[in-house]
Amino acid sequence: MNATTELAGLAATTLQVLAVVAGAPLIVGGMRQVRARLEGRAGGGIGQPWRDLRKQLRKQAITPAGTTVVFGFAPAVVAGSTLLIAAILPLIALGSPLDSAADLFGVVGLLFLGTVALTLAGLDTGTAFGGMGSSREITIAALVEPTILLAVFALSVPGHSANLAAIVSATAEHPGQLVSPGSLLAFVALAIVIIAETGRLPVDNPSTHLELTMIHEAMVLEYAGPRLALVEWASGMRLTVLLGLMANLFLPWGIAGAHPSVLAILIGLVAITVKVAVLAGVLAAGEVFIAKLRYFRIPELLAGSFLLALLAVTASYFFATATN
Amino acid sequence: MSAAHTALHDSPGVPAPDVGSPASGRARGLAVLSGGLTTALGAVGVALGLSVIFGAPRHLRIGWLLPLVGVTFDLGPLGGFFVAATGAVSIAVGIYVVGYAQREHWVRFSLAMLPLFVAAMLLVPAAGSVTTFLLAWELMAAASLVLVLTEHHRGEVRSAGGFYAVMTQLGFAAILLALVVLSAAGRGDAFATIAAHSGGISTGTRTAVFLLTLMGFGSKAGLLPLHAWLPRAHPEAPSPVSALMSAAMVNMGIYGIIRIDVQILGPGPHWWGLTLMIFGALSAVFGVLQASVATDLKRLLAYSTTENMGLITLALGAATLLSSYGAHQVAALAMTAALLLILSHSAFKTLAFLAAGSVLAATGLRDLDKLGGLARRMPGTTVMFGIAALGASGLPLGAGFVGEWLLLQSLIHSPHDNNTLLALTMPLSVGAVALTTGLGIAAMVKAFGVGFLARPRSAAASAAREAPATMMTGMAIAAAACAVFALAPVLLSPVLRQVLAAVPTVGGAAAGPVLGAYLRLPGLAGSMSPGLIAAALLIAVLIALGLARWGGRRRPASAVAPLWACGADSLSPRMQYTATSFAEPLQRVFDNVLQPDTDVEVTHFAESQYLIEKVTYRTLLADPVEQRLYLPVVRAVTTWAQWVRRAHPGSVHLYLAYGALGLLIVLVIAR
Amino acid sequence: MSWIAKIARVGRIVEPALDAPKTTVVPPTGIAGSLQLRHVDAGSCNGCELEIAGAFSPVYDAERFGARMVASPRHADGLLASGVVTHNMHQPLLNTLNSVPQPRVVIAVGDCACNGAAFAGGYGVVGSVTDVIPVDVEVPGCPPTPQQIITALRTVTGR
Repeated sequence: MNATTELAGLAATTLQVLAVVAGAPLIVGGMRQVRARLEGRAGGGIGQPWRDLRKQLRKQAITPAGTTVVFGFAPAVVAGSTLLIAAILPLIALGSPLDSAADLFGVVGLLFLGTVALTLAGLDTGTAFGGMGSSREITIAALVEPTILLAVFALSVPGHSANLAAIVSATAEHPGQLVSPGSLLAFVALAIVIIAETGRLPVDNPSTHLELTMIHEAMVLEYAGPRLALVEWASGMRLTVLLGLMANLFLPWGIAGAHPSVLAILIGLVAITVKVAVLAGVLAAGEVFIAKLRYFRIPELLAGSFLLALLAVTASYFFATATN
Repeated sequence: MSAAHTALHDSPGVPAPDVGSPASGRARGLAVLSGGLTTALGAVGVALGLSVIFGAPRHLRIGWLLPLVGVTFDLGPLGGFFVAATGAVSIAVGIYVVGYAQREHWVRFSLAMLPLFVAAMLLVPAAGSVTTFLLAWELMAAASLVLVLTEHHRGEVRSAGGFYAVMTQLGFAAILLALVVLSAAGRGDAFATIAAHSGGISTGTRTAVFLLTLMGFGSKAGLLPLHAWLPRAHPEAPSPVSALMSAAMVNMGIYGIIRIDVQILGPGPHWWGLTLMIFGALSAVFGVLQASVATDLKRLLAYSTTENMGLITLALGAATLLSSYGAHQVAALAMTAALLLILSHSAFKTLAFLAAGSVLAATGLRDLDKLGGLARRMPGTTVMFGIAALGASGLPLGAGFVGEWLLLQSLIHSPHDNNTLLALTMPLSVGAVALTTGLGIAAMVKAFGVGFLARPRSAAASAAREAPATMMTGMAIAAAACAVFALAPVLLSPVLRQVLAAVPTVGGAAAGPVLGAYLRLPGLAGSMSPGLIAAALLIAVLIALGLARWGGRRRPASAVAPLWACGADSLSPRMQYTATSFAEPLQRVFDNVLQPDTDVEVTHFAESQYLIEKVTYRTLLADPVEQRLYLPVVRAVTTWAQWVRRAHPGSVHLYLAYGALGLLIVLVIAR
Repeated sequence: MSWIAKIARVGRIVEPALDAPKTTVVPPTGIAGSLQLRHVDAGSCNGCELEIAGAFSPVYDAERFGARMVASPRHADGLLASGVVTHNMHQPLLNTLNSVPQPRVVIAVGDCACNGAAFAGGYGVVGSVTDVIPVDVEVPGCPPTPQQIITALRTVTGR
């Protein structure tokens, strides 16, 4: 029985990684379709990012003169770290074999490892745009880290642990504390963090062509072919896993337990797909109504989110002592 | 950014011996002797430290060395920990110096001082009495001052040395006062005697000793506000000396705080821990902020030392505070975090300074705005600095990740029932640690990306050549230590356990975290495995590479092409982002804290006021603590001294009368 | 929040798609329905640029056929070149084309790009785009309408 349940946990984890790999371009396509429909256009269809990816994989790989292995391997590092995060997070089931190897602090660290790899690649090109994108990206990353870690702190208070399985099961067992002030504040803070980390409006415009308004795009202007495909894929996968994390931290119903049966795994897969699709649709719809913030107003936004996260922690402290 | 930077290499005072001549052979021999002696002392230190940690404490008394009190050595597990750390750093530095001293043509005096400096640093944690401690401390300070002034023919070095000397002596004065008061209250000179009588020391005395030791030892450790000597002395000292100072000497400040305030004076009131946490957090955030906007590579690393010492003090303060509230499990966790952070900082800071020294020896440049492109010319040094930068940034796979993880776990697991102080301090501390980590990532990405990647920004940088084998070996030893801390902290578990047991006032009898293949926290929920994360990441990266191969059959052959730069024909290396431009957004965001002095000068053509010939941008980032705190104090002292001067008219009779009066007063009081 | 009411009221404003034209160029890399283009203005009067902007606007929506504009030629499958090639833009046009990874296409938009139109032979002009770089698809017109541009794009995307 033990070996089967171990295998079940492993199967669930493998399935969730595959789902993220296959589903990330679909999520990106879905978001573009939502925006297109709200803007009155027809859009390219949900399958357009997949077509683009397959096309990019067949294009020539160009290495700009003067770059080093950092430029060459950064896309693989970003994609690899995102795949690892997809394997650690409890998306379909709780019993990931990597759950005790990395907790939420480890996941945040891996996220930043990917950001750093891409930032170094932007600097490695030696162009002014690459340096500009790297400089902006790293400033935002530095200012968003206090909010992320405080949000992790706020989330770890109910379950007394920063390991993800513990946090999600604590929320599933006590759904009442989801409407507590601490939880709501943490939700808003985490939403701002996800927008900043994945480069969506109002922090960064993913479809801009004006280099002086770019943050993420400016770092990857020199990538072509398969490396570009990896970078775009990794970008989509990051958005998907972060939305999945958000969904399961605050709406954990449907997730399979630590030793799931085949039916539970399938239910978990359907549940996470629905939740991520809904969250992505809401995010895309919200983007239609906002314009990009001027770059030097972004620290003000991040400072506000930091304050919310701090209040989330203190609120969860005082309300935890009241109910315990 | 003056011409002096490119002229860092010119040493008119020391003519370089021709290669192969008897003079160069003698120079090589002396370098080998000095480096070998340093390494040997380091090995002795490591062996001694480990033997004391796992065995019995060692005592030694040499009664005849000092009149009246003699010299006492009393090495316990805590002292052994610091001796072993210092020894390990010295092993790497000693081997490195053999190649470095030859490249930089060190004088014999400096070569002789280096082993003496290491010996003094090994003696400080071993000291068993107040006088021995002060003696060893001053020996260490004097030796370090001589080494800082190695290149004394340059003006900046002399002024840095003067600043360093004054601050060291002021710190020493505070430590002297504190230890003398402690010795008087503890009724004895030996630490053991004082510890035995520590229960009877009055609260006033304890407070005074705590504040004075915090000031004196905090200054040595580079904590705010008495840190200003660090960013001045470290860049001007030779790089192996900077490595020793940053990775071993500043630890002595932390050792002093732990020994006196935690071990001897025992569990203090709540505000002790809180004070340590406040100063630690302020030092960490300020230090890393200055590092993220620094363009001088070694100044960046020096401020990074302030940041790490701040984090260590924060961990220490958290341990003390939690212990004073009875949360011994969590306090033991925080203390282990502090010890691990000390070790990992020593490892990656040594590596970083040695790599910076390699760059300086090869190019003569410390200015990041003029470096670049070193990855092709000096691949080994680039890899070494990359490992050090990864460790300093606190990312997974870096040497500093495990210590930081333990610190964060201790902060989030602190008990908060009915305890407003903890409920407020812990979230703010997490915020401070997080901001430090974020800005640290920015600083290290800047140092590595601008300094080593892309293309060289100056002729000196494009003429760089790789360091010789001895320097690479020294760096490799430090890199191996970084790898151990990053992937297999299980190897340190026995050491940390023993040292934790030697400081029972923090953590009581609680066992610290279990550092196995998985790091587990007994009694608390939390686990992590750095080795497993690394292995899994490697597999994930390979999978990603495999994904990229998909469709490879139909792909045209890959090519190398010129940079796409909006179609412009020539992209000069000068158009790359420099360190100044990279940090400019951060500088703007933290404008009020950094208070930069910016000047923009526009020159027009003589023929027409509408055409601009040249724009000069100058920015000066001085240390605001120095500007706002030190200068007014210095001015006040100078004013007061001028006023006292009126009592010195020059008459010898008057001076004799002063002496007699002073003696009478002392005699009356001493009755 | 009157925007929500406006969105609901306006609904879809995109023109219905015409029948798919025959593909004249095999889609680069063999994947149909994915074409990323980098626009280069080699010296145009901006008339063609306005029409290209119209082609990608919500009314004509070229994106539903898989075409998309990108910021960097490295991300592109080809160039969308407009205007006659002036002396100053000669080398940048060549640099831009050389930065596009293989396999690649070039689409010349407007009479100036196809044959120089009114500017042919001028002293500030090197030639039309077809004289300077190999062009796969030409879109004549001064300026061509968005529907003509889209039809030309569809001959490349195959969708």
